[in-house]
Amino acid sequence: MRGAAASGLVWAVAMLPGAYWWWAALADQLGANPAEALIRGLGVSTLQLLCAALLITPLRVVTGWTTLARWRRPVGLAVFAHALLHAVAYAWLDQSWDMAALIRDVWDRPFITVGMAATLFLLAMALTSWNGAVRALGARRWQTLHRSVYAVAVLAVLHFFWMRTGKNHFGEVWFYGLLLAALLGWRVWRWWRQRQHRIS
Amino acid sequence: MIIRTQTDGFIHPLGSEITPQAAYLDRRRWLAHSALTLGSAWGLAASRDAQAAVGAPLKGARSAVSGAIALEALTPREDVTSYNNFYEFGLDKSDPARNAHTLKTTPWTVSVEGLVSKPRTWGLEELLKLAPMEERIYRLRCVEGWSMVVPWVGYSLSALIRAAQPLGSARYVEFVTQADPATMPGLRNNVLQWPYLEGLRLDEAQHPLTLLTFGVYGEELPKQNGAPLRLVVPWKYGFKSGKSIVKIRFTDREPRTSWNVAAPTEYGFFANVNPGVTHPRWSQATERRIGESAGLFAKRRNTELFNGYGPQVASMYAGMDLRRFF
Repeated sequence: MRGAAASGLVWAVAMLPGAYWWWAALADQLGANPAEALIRGLGVSTLQLLCAALLITPLRVVTGWTTLARWRRPVGLAVFAHALLHAVAYAWLDQSWDMAALIRDVWDRPFITVGMAATLFLLAMALTSWNGAVRALGARRWQTLHRSVYAVAVLAVLHFFWMRTGKNHFGEVWFYGLLLAALLGWRVWRWWRQRQHRIS
Repeated sequence: MIIRTQTDGFIHPLGSEITPQAAYLDRRRWLAHSALTLGSAWGLAASRDAQAAVGAPLKGARSAVSGAIALEALTPREDVTSYNNFYEFGLDKSDPARNAHTLKTTPWTVSVEGLVSKPRTWGLEELLKLAPMEERIYRLRCVEGWSMVVPWVGYSLSALIRAAQPLGSARYVEFVTQADPATMPGLRNNVLQWPYLEGLRLDEAQHPLTLLTFGVYGEELPKQNGAPLRLVVPWKYGFKSGKSIVKIRFTDREPRTSWNVAAPTEYGFFANVNPGVTHPRWSQATERRIGESAGLFAKRRNTELFNGYGPQVASMYAGMDLRRFF
């Protein structure tokens, strides 16, 4: 039970950025264009939480603090929740829930298509994030499915990059892109080294 | 009997129908209160209101030019002066209000040159007296998909063009804006080539709606809005309206313009507001009106061809393929 309470607390803390953005938007704290600031703010928070989620395993290996492994689920669920809040803010404030316009927009604009694809991957992971799902799917298939988080990292950076292309404004894109590349690169390096050990 | 037609511009409503500005501004406070009772909300909202600092007054008589007075709720002054694209002072929309205080606007001269019989360098004081100041309430549509309604103060650029006497060979007008690395931190960004250049066809520049602008909201232009003088071309996307202009040059060839050079497939030379021509990365069919009373949940409005100034300007583009010349 203590484990569940700790997970709940980690999830609650990881949900703070999303709570902040919606509070700030409703309290008119986001300047002249609150809808745009809210949508963009939630997008950046999603990216930051994705980095945090992918940082957990390297941190566990380096520090040897095994409890961290239990943080992956609540932080991962917070990533999905933020992606969902981001998508809801867009569908509501930008498209007024006009489904025809929404579908056309997702189809016409590659950067939105990519963002939606990433959200669907996250949805699949969120739906299979309970213990029973591992048994139902089989550990191997479950793990394959949850490795799609690496695809989500690539899609998220591409989404951000395309959104910024018109203005050649790439500072933050580079920052998150390099951070995620380092986090994925560390995994490739570790996998390669473990294979070397097995061979020799 | 008065027969109203499309070419009359806008039909005037009763004065009593217009929401008093104080009541209009107060909606934010109400929203801040009702959303959540967190104490900090009020303090932060108040700090944005504080940006409505008072500049030197610059009044204009209500303009009689057709289409010059849009009868729509004005965008609050604090939004007009805090949400700006002025890349010379930073890429974020809040950067110009924060950084533009370094801009030196006195002395200021504007050089009028090129294919004119009377080239000369004008001092700002002379330009202020060249023609009577008019107040014009224009819709402003940004290419990014947002819009405002702004009470500008200035006079038709055509007054200055008449004084310059363009030669028969002049077909375009180029606008060169200030680029001073010492006072403009944004020049370190390589997003655009500096100085920021814009241009119009001569007939567009001579159109009575093309405003040489010195003030906004009854005061001299704040620096973040392009002090001491800027252009406002209301039927084109906002980037066509250069800020802090230092040179106006008449040419026989289409001038190179900054955004067109940076991204030719995204930003054309004409850049007339057109809901039918989509930007490669977003639709231009709708726009978000800044500062609307419904706030966060205000529905986007439909964008109009030529930003609703078709009755006044469409004839200049008769027979032109607006998709090709976007």
